[in-house]
Amino acid sequence: MKAFTELFYELDSTTKINDRIASLVKYFQTADEHDKLYAVALLSGKSPPRAVNSNFIRQWAAEEANLPDWLFEIAHHTVGDLAETIAILIPDTSDNSEHPSLRQYLAEIQALKKADEDTRREYIKTQWQRLTQPERLVFNKLVMGMSRIGVSKGLIIKALAQYAGLEEPIIAHRLSGSWDPAKITLDKLLHTEAPEETASRPYPFYLAYAIDIPFEELGPTTDWIIEHKWDGIRGQLIYRNGQIHIWSRNEELLTDRFPELHALHEVLPQNTVLDGEILVWRDGKVQPFAELQKRITRKNVTKAIMKEFPVILLTYDLLELNGEDLRAKPIVERRALLEDVVKKAHHESLCISEVIACTTWEEAAAEREKARGFMSEGLMLKRKSSEYRTGRRRGDWWKWKIDPLSIDAVLIYAMSGHGRRANLYTDLTFAVWDDGKLVPFTKAYSGLTDKEFNVLDAFVKKNTIERFGPVRSVKPELVFEIAFEGIAKSSRHKSGIALRFPRILRERFDKNAEDANTLDDLKKMLELYGKGNVDVS
Amino acid sequence: MLIKFTPSGIYCEQAGIYIDPWKPVQQAVITHAHSDHARWGMKNYLAHKDSEPILRLRLGDKISLQTVNYNEPVFLNGVKLTLHPAGHVVGSAQVRLEYKGEVNVISGDYKTEYDGLSTAFEPVKCNVFVTESTFGLPVYRWQKQQEIFDEINAWWRQNKEEGFASVLYGYSLGKAQRIIQNVDHNIGRIFTHGGVESTNRAFRRFGIDIHETTLVNSDINKEDYKGNLIVAPPSAINSTWLRRFTPYREAVCSGWMALRGARRRRNVAKGFALSDHADWNGLNEAVSATEAEKVFVTHGYSDVFSQWLREQGIDAEPILTEFGGDEMDETTAELTAEALNDAASQPEDKGTTNDESVH
Repeated sequence: MKAFTELFYELDSTTKINDRIASLVKYFQTADEHDKLYAVALLSGKSPPRAVNSNFIRQWAAEEANLPDWLFEIAHHTVGDLAETIAILIPDTSDNSEHPSLRQYLAEIQALKKADEDTRREYIKTQWQRLTQPERLVFNKLVMGMSRIGVSKGLIIKALAQYAGLEEPIIAHRLSGSWDPAKITLDKLLHTEAPEETASRPYPFYLAYAIDIPFEELGPTTDWIIEHKWDGIRGQLIYRNGQIHIWSRNEELLTDRFPELHALHEVLPQNTVLDGEILVWRDGKVQPFAELQKRITRKNVTKAIMKEFPVILLTYDLLELNGEDLRAKPIVERRALLEDVVKKAHHESLCISEVIACTTWEEAAAEREKARGFMSEGLMLKRKSSEYRTGRRRGDWWKWKIDPLSIDAVLIYAMSGHGRRANLYTDLTFAVWDDGKLVPFTKAYSGLTDKEFNVLDAFVKKNTIERFGPVRSVKPELVFEIAFEGIAKSSRHKSGIALRFPRILRERFDKNAEDANTLDDLKKMLELYGKGNVDVS
Repeated sequence: MLIKFTPSGIYCEQAGIYIDPWKPVQQAVITHAHSDHARWGMKNYLAHKDSEPILRLRLGDKISLQTVNYNEPVFLNGVKLTLHPAGHVVGSAQVRLEYKGEVNVISGDYKTEYDGLSTAFEPVKCNVFVTESTFGLPVYRWQKQQEIFDEINAWWRQNKEEGFASVLYGYSLGKAQRIIQNVDHNIGRIFTHGGVESTNRAFRRFGIDIHETTLVNSDINKEDYKGNLIVAPPSAINSTWLRRFTPYREAVCSGWMALRGARRRRNVAKGFALSDHADWNGLNEAVSATEAEKVFVTHGYSDVFSQWLREQGIDAEPILTEFGGDEMDETTAELTAEALNDAASQPEDKGTTNDESVH
């Protein structure tokens, strides 16, 4: 526990990549061998399920800190992180004695699930008292779930590659898929390639960068495969040893979520890995992401749900065929093989992403303009000679997204943010005009620089009209251009609409509040682009 | 009550004085020389004698300034005015006003722990107490000064071993000198940014002893920074001025660094929660030591801290300052003030923002 706490704080107190890798490597070299894989799991966001409801923990902490609830809440809001708030507020009585290992702590915490409330409270309070403040924070995170601490998967892979003396893609491959730290140690996982275990493993995904170079540098369009960029769930469908496995890009196993794709085992050749997009498909058309979201948020995939929101795999790459790893072949060859596979499979749940024929980049640009009509997010450009590489790489694959929709709106409420933005008014609510009144229609948190947020923060503090707890209403003076990716009807919102990925594009210094857009403008957009978008409320 | 809260600042009508006024007035009593308390344009200033060098440095030599010692009374139209140590920075004072048996005390900024440089805070009994509340939340509880300096020294030593220069950021009046005095001088030399050095020099000229420092300048060989400590104001963060120290590690000394989120927002990975303000316990102890019947809370978490005091049975209410009354970010104020001060004193050394990341 001590070593892991030290690692946590070292990672937290530097933003330099090399320092972070050094901290990780040092930890892997010195930590208890049974702890290490747990640490990898925690740092890569594979937290064990929450063992105790955080409302209980909050209540026990307020008791233990001897603070009224309202003050505890304000403290929490300011700190932004419940685990940290508790760690700070509990009086320090640590005895600096030896503590259980990370593994043992995790086991004890999981055992709490079956314990009664008194036992849980007793256990948690005892740990708070015996641990130091930094250990208390880590312990709380083990109990309540480890939120991201900014250690990317790539960073962990780099550190493990250094530690184990192996190449990064090998580490990436061996880490992907399912493993259980209770059953295997880190060293074993990194150094063994057991076929039984690896049958389900996806390849590391190859990701595209947003295009930021002039088209002249791409060369002729004939060097490129141009397709739509689909707005679904990127996934790999793996058929090995007679079984289907479906993995998301975040390397989550989604096999159970999409039963209709299991039937593909009847039509695919043995040992095949397809890369593609899982999409809701109706009447021969891709449906908006909102529909897929409706399906994936359901706990049980019932027959009714499958009927209402049928999915397909719209495939665009073939990574393995008959057990042969094809990733080093040019995509144009992989694509020819893929077309053959899809054609032979001839299955309603398996389609191929069409190649769009363009002779010039101007034509491509025109296709991109039409993308929204196909429920696509824009275009993908893939160099015909490109291999299937690992991670996000520049040069061979580009995404060329359509411009977001945007609207000019007035800032009316502000709330201070959490975490990095605690104490700074960054959670903003925007409104448009409706019959002479401002109607709130969206929140947005991102899109401004820290400097711009500081200026805005000062404006909020000086122009507060009313305060409701942490929220302030401000003089409706500032106009911002809000960008968003999609629009849908919503009965939950006063405005009747909900936006997808709203963010601040820029402040419109040139506009007064009266010049902002209206609710009618938004409704027109809903009519144009929100067709088929279901009520996601 | 002897005081009232006006748009120009805290006013004592009987004595005809304003305390730390925001707008130009006839007679201003200044609790300390930080620029959000000591402003331009007052006809006459009254302050503690140790505030003089910095007041003159920042407001000009020509200001009309009367200085007094702690506990040395000044009588104004029947009001007995005395200054008492606030422990915030050198020369910082609480203002005590007494008239016909009633006592009002205005704390200014204060901290209850002795910092080795400023005269230690002294509680003053009164009927009405005006307290600051910059860190008036229970999440702000400082470690002992020595513990923090042990950590700072360990950080400096490690950087030295690994061949890095160490850059510490702290407000150029107060925090910077506190760092300079309290770090372990056996580890290495201390270099300073112009904003810090001008304050050091003003102190030294005035006879206040500050440990030896060297102003960063272009004659110094870059190799000489390696392993040594550089003390700079927060305005130097992300500036090109830092390039000469490469390779270096940096950390901010501020009470806000107690929270991980606040630290990340300042985009500085490392922080030491070293504050010149009272923490939660300090505020509570200070208020209760005054035995005041009425407490006014200003500068910081005024709403929260006054509600807390009321629940403890103390008659307290928040007073809004011109900033809107709460959650004023010390460092934001510092940055603005620093920028003004530094621009005036060291134009050639003031770096501009650069996009070459120093992290």
